[in-house]
Amino acid sequence: MSSTPRTLYEKIWDAHVVDKRDDGTALIYIDRHLVHEVTSPQAFEALRGNGRTVRRPDLTLAVPDHNVPTTRRTDTAGNRLPIADPQSAQQLAALERNAPEFGIRYIDAVAPEQGIVHVVGPEQGFSLPGATIVCGDSHTAAHGGIGALAFGIGTSEVEHVLATQTLLLKRSKGMEVRVEGNLGPGITPKDLILHIIGVIGTAGGTGHVIEYRGRVFEEMSVEGRLTVCNMSIEAGARAGLVAPDETTFNYLKGRPYAPQGEEWDQAVAWWRSLATDNGARFDSSVVIDASEIEPTVTWGTSPEDVVPIGASVPSPESFSDPSKQVAAAKSLQYMGLTPGQRMQDIAIENVFIGSCTNSRIEDLRAAARVLEGRRKAKGVRWAIAVPGSGLVKLQAEAEGLDRIFTDAGFEWREPGCSACLAMNPDKVPAGERCASTSNRNFVGRQGPGARTHLMSPAMAAAAAVTGRLTDVRELSATSPLRESARATKA
Amino acid sequence: MDPVRRIEGRAIPFGDKNVDTDVIIPAHWLKTVTRDGLGRGAFETVRQDPDNVFDQPEFSGAPILIAGDNFGCGSSREHAAWALLDLGITAVIAPSFSDIFSGNAFKNGILTVALPQEQIDRLTEVAATDPITIDLESQTVTTPFQDRFTFETDPFRRRCLLEGLDEIGLTLQQDEAITNYEIRQQGMTPWLARGTEKAA
Repeated sequence: MSSTPRTLYEKIWDAHVVDKRDDGTALIYIDRHLVHEVTSPQAFEALRGNGRTVRRPDLTLAVPDHNVPTTRRTDTAGNRLPIADPQSAQQLAALERNAPEFGIRYIDAVAPEQGIVHVVGPEQGFSLPGATIVCGDSHTAAHGGIGALAFGIGTSEVEHVLATQTLLLKRSKGMEVRVEGNLGPGITPKDLILHIIGVIGTAGGTGHVIEYRGRVFEEMSVEGRLTVCNMSIEAGARAGLVAPDETTFNYLKGRPYAPQGEEWDQAVAWWRSLATDNGARFDSSVVIDASEIEPTVTWGTSPEDVVPIGASVPSPESFSDPSKQVAAAKSLQYMGLTPGQRMQDIAIENVFIGSCTNSRIEDLRAAARVLEGRRKAKGVRWAIAVPGSGLVKLQAEAEGLDRIFTDAGFEWREPGCSACLAMNPDKVPAGERCASTSNRNFVGRQGPGARTHLMSPAMAAAAAVTGRLTDVRELSATSPLRESARATKA
Repeated sequence: MDPVRRIEGRAIPFGDKNVDTDVIIPAHWLKTVTRDGLGRGAFETVRQDPDNVFDQPEFSGAPILIAGDNFGCGSSREHAAWALLDLGITAVIAPSFSDIFSGNAFKNGILTVALPQEQIDRLTEVAATDPITIDLESQTVTTPFQDRFTFETDPFRRRCLLEGLDEIGLTLQQDEAITNYEIRQQGMTPWLARGTEKAA
């Protein structure tokens, strides 16, 4: 072991080097591989075509999520309902066939464990601290929230991992995002990461792995850390990390694929040793003052286009970079917004609470706290709550959250990627706006012509109640509804 | 993979910054189980504008795309690379690329050439009327007007492209090193070696 102080990223990297090369690349062992239906069919087909096998089928877990409709999947007799879209049906059928053919564990679309890969991995204890985790999906960065080196890969790399259980990689640079101070009341991990992306910019983390450091993260739940790390890719970083600690261990203990008994103790000892050493160097460092962060929303078509909810729509001229001025003007036109318009005056017609960023139990609880005793505004045509997995759904139902959502006029759905990416029937119509807890406000992301405003679950719930973008803190402070609803129940 | 040495032809002066892979190929085109035919969906939202650069006759079949900073950001979908190939694009010149996109491009034999903005501005000017040549061997971009810009490529990627090497085939030759690693891991972090095989 080297005595040079090392970062968390460097320790995980060093522990996975199979072979180092002179050109600065290394063959890195991959501990966990998650597979979904969209980015895997061509990889399995290529394996078949080249007569190759899967080296370690036990290190891959397959689960459908992108295409699956979030409406009922079985009839009252428990029979599976057919999937209306023939192309989606074909893609789902391909995964269902490929997984057993190559000996890979497959979680069926109607199994209670099914869900979005990035919710399922940690929930099953398949994703573990210090592991290298990949998936053909850029939001694999999420798993960094439990202290794993996790990143998205393309389909050719999916094939490479299936065939060899390794990837040929170049070491990334290390970036420290140090958050000092405390988050104000009502400020969530989603506000924090949106703010961070606004500071770093959508390309600021390119070539880097980000480690999120500071007391804010130490005090954050695993769910919150998963949300933060999830959106590292929106700052250009392929991976984000939070050091594993007692919170992480408590979260993982007893999960189906987590180590047990003596091995658990051995694992915890190793996980503890992974934290960045004192004196370890990062290639760059960004310092953020947590107390400055307000509930944060996006106004444009890039995740870096963020403002505090109390602000107004910026004018393109307010940006110094000429190319950003052009991009901002285009974004405003697409979004149907005028510079100077107050963010809080923007009316929305759709609300989406879900996605791999914000569909875990804490996210649903936060939204339900705002919605309890309230109803969605008249102008809100469509509001859906989509749990990240079947197990999250069951937990939420046990806590009565589903009733809070449906009483508020939300549809309570089956788990999946849903309205995050317009691949399944959940889409936002052209020209309409959506208050969305997802991760990308790109042009056409939620459907052709759809206008996305990214925000936290509590903020999306507040927007549902008022029918416009709203500072959730004002809503909590001024409305007596919740108290009266409580009194009625009692 | 076929070797890649020299790409010569018209270059589409697209120029936009932060082009995400949802713009290169929207999600509804991803429901395919093959790599073919994605050119029809490439830049679908951009091409709704009848004056878009992609559908101007002089750029039909152009092998080079000129773009702005951070090209290919967002989703990891390799469909973005397949869509470019299906359009006939085998090289992209931009000031910078997202990490995942440049990897996906490489695996599909698409050259990603990073050049400073002022050189890109010059190439954009040339692209309006004349062809551009990219030579991977000498790592240069040249125009019929004596412009000569050099670029850098990762040595391993360059060799793979020039020799048309199959990366999976190369890694499979390291079977012994991978097996040795697995034995080491079994001793050091046995729980990681277990995966979906549950502990007894």
